[in-house]
Amino acid sequence: MLDKDIKKKAINPKDKSNAQNIPLDKIFKALTFTASLGVILLLGFIIFKLFMESALSVEKFGFKFITSMEWDPVKGEFGAGAYIFGTIVSSLIAILIATPVSVGIALYLTEIAPPWLSTPVGFLVELLAAIPSVIYGLWGIFVFVPFIRQYIQKPIGDLFGWIPLFSGPPLGIGMLSAGLILAIMIIPIITAISRDIISSVPTLQREGAMALGATRWEVIKYAILPFAKSGILGGIILGMGRALGETMAVTMVIGNRPEIKASLFAPAHSMAAVIANEFTEATDDIYLSALIEVGLLLFLVTFIMNGLARFFIWSVARGPKGGIRQ
Amino acid sequence: MFKRAGVIALVLILALSLVVVGCGKKEDVKKEETKQEVKEPAKDLTINGAGATFPYPLYSKMFSAYNKLNPEIKVNYQSIGSGGGVKQMMEGTVSFGASDAFLSEEEMGKIKNGVIHVPMTIGAVAVVYNLEGIASGVKLTQETLTDIYLGTIKKWNDPKIAADNSDIKLPNVDITPVFRSDGSGTTSIFTDYLSKVSSEWKEKVGAGKSVKFPAGIGGKGNEGVAGQVKQLPGSIGYVELAYATTNNLSYAKLRNKDGNFTAPSLEAASAAAAGAIADMPKDTRVSIVEPGGKDAYGIVGFSWILLNEKYEDQVMKEELLKLTKWMYRDGQQFSKALHYAPIPEEIAKLNDNNLAVIK
Repeated sequence: MLDKDIKKKAINPKDKSNAQNIPLDKIFKALTFTASLGVILLLGFIIFKLFMESALSVEKFGFKFITSMEWDPVKGEFGAGAYIFGTIVSSLIAILIATPVSVGIALYLTEIAPPWLSTPVGFLVELLAAIPSVIYGLWGIFVFVPFIRQYIQKPIGDLFGWIPLFSGPPLGIGMLSAGLILAIMIIPIITAISRDIISSVPTLQREGAMALGATRWEVIKYAILPFAKSGILGGIILGMGRALGETMAVTMVIGNRPEIKASLFAPAHSMAAVIANEFTEATDDIYLSALIEVGLLLFLVTFIMNGLARFFIWSVARGPKGGIRQ
Repeated sequence: MFKRAGVIALVLILALSLVVVGCGKKEDVKKEETKQEVKEPAKDLTINGAGATFPYPLYSKMFSAYNKLNPEIKVNYQSIGSGGGVKQMMEGTVSFGASDAFLSEEEMGKIKNGVIHVPMTIGAVAVVYNLEGIASGVKLTQETLTDIYLGTIKKWNDPKIAADNSDIKLPNVDITPVFRSDGSGTTSIFTDYLSKVSSEWKEKVGAGKSVKFPAGIGGKGNEGVAGQVKQLPGSIGYVELAYATTNNLSYAKLRNKDGNFTAPSLEAASAAAAGAIADMPKDTRVSIVEPGGKDAYGIVGFSWILLNEKYEDQVMKEELLKLTKWMYRDGQQFSKALHYAPIPEEIAKLNDNNLAVIK
């Protein structure tokens, strides 16, 4: 039936009335609409369910749930402050480290490296994204954490231990390691997107800058980065989304201790990690409800962080595309 | 760029699914073969159960062995955690549950058809540590172990620890306690032990599958704790005995109720269960930590199979009873190879009596 219609169209391409009768367009429209609507409904349903299930905890602890650091399943006292802190700080560390590295890799692959090198290197970087996070976590415990403790935390602690940021015993495990593991995990995402964006900068733009006598660095600075900045920022947002929700790798190296400490070396905890850790064995109602409220808050934090990032992009990208702001 | 990764992923998935399909076929063939050997099977029956992860390797071995003996009986056990198993019992979606902790009165009240606890295996929790150049055998007392986890003993060469270890030169190294961050029967047994031997712990922290540990860092799962202890000098942790032995971790000797220092072992765990029988209530809902007996080891606990008191389906009931009885007698032969302590005969007898009331 459909084939026939298509054939008809092929025979009589100018026959407009026939074209309008073809249901294919309508079907396609309906299908895509259903797909989009389905995702939105699903999202709505998830949020609704989280609201319903967390009602008990919201009622009991109220706003204090967000600020309280007390998480004691035995006494039935729950507060998610330390988890929220851990999630946000570890993701920020990851973004701060991953962004320059990723943009650097992307620039090198597109602008500097010869094709015989850039293809395999690019492929390998993307391969990092395919490693399951539990593997990152186990590698983190056995290889990465001892390395961090011995060669980063010990020397830094000896020299700058008096600064609260680097105080405390070098455990290896802790906020810093979690941030670094997350950085490694989001580098492939930000790199892949940045590379695609940078290679889509029109060649004319590059050639124009070169014709004016720009060095390679100046081409990158004045012709490429301004053109690609909003795309790159989009990549960073995607990376941040992954970092906020990452569970397995984080819980393996963060130390799982719900405390807020100034030191990067101190153990911490994260929202996704506490849910994954405690959900299976949480039997009483208030405990379960508190864990679900943590899930709801994770949703909110992700929304807010995304919103802030988008606002940031909007304010950066307001200038003319490819323009230079002095 | 993503396209290429997509193609590779697709190829991988295809390859993987081929492998899976291949395996599936092989299994089918095997099953058919075994079926042919046994004369005419009765009506096939699938028994559904869910619960604890700790005894899962043992149970899965038992169920597959039982299936070979009785090809018409298939057991579908999902190791979703004790909490999940109890919840499924409350909702009546499974024929049996499994839990590393016995149910409270309140929880029992929520199970419509009643519940019978059947101790099926015994778990021992080893206290493991990482001290360079010092093998297994550092002696810890109830007090020193509690103080380490309370965070009041901070160094390995603390005089309190040294007092029991005159033969070992303990280093001046910070102690980092490592605890299980995920809710687990192992933590439940461990904190139950600490609560029993220390009133300070009981008051400040308490016992449970997840507690608020006053000091240290958390590792997810036995593998997480074992991993952190392995790589962090000066750390101390607690894991299931099987993890300590298979990972070659050094473990401590603990002072038991009779004053002897015992290392964790399957024999010591069975001895502990036997030692606890004297004070055991009939329904076996009891924690057996810190039992009497000169060879007993302190940090041990039962893992239970949970049955209903009443089954609508009599065929199911009969088969389930047969299966359960087989598990705590013949099935125990698989325990040692998988590092579980077998149930002593006295407890098997107790189980016989308890199962008799099931309708």
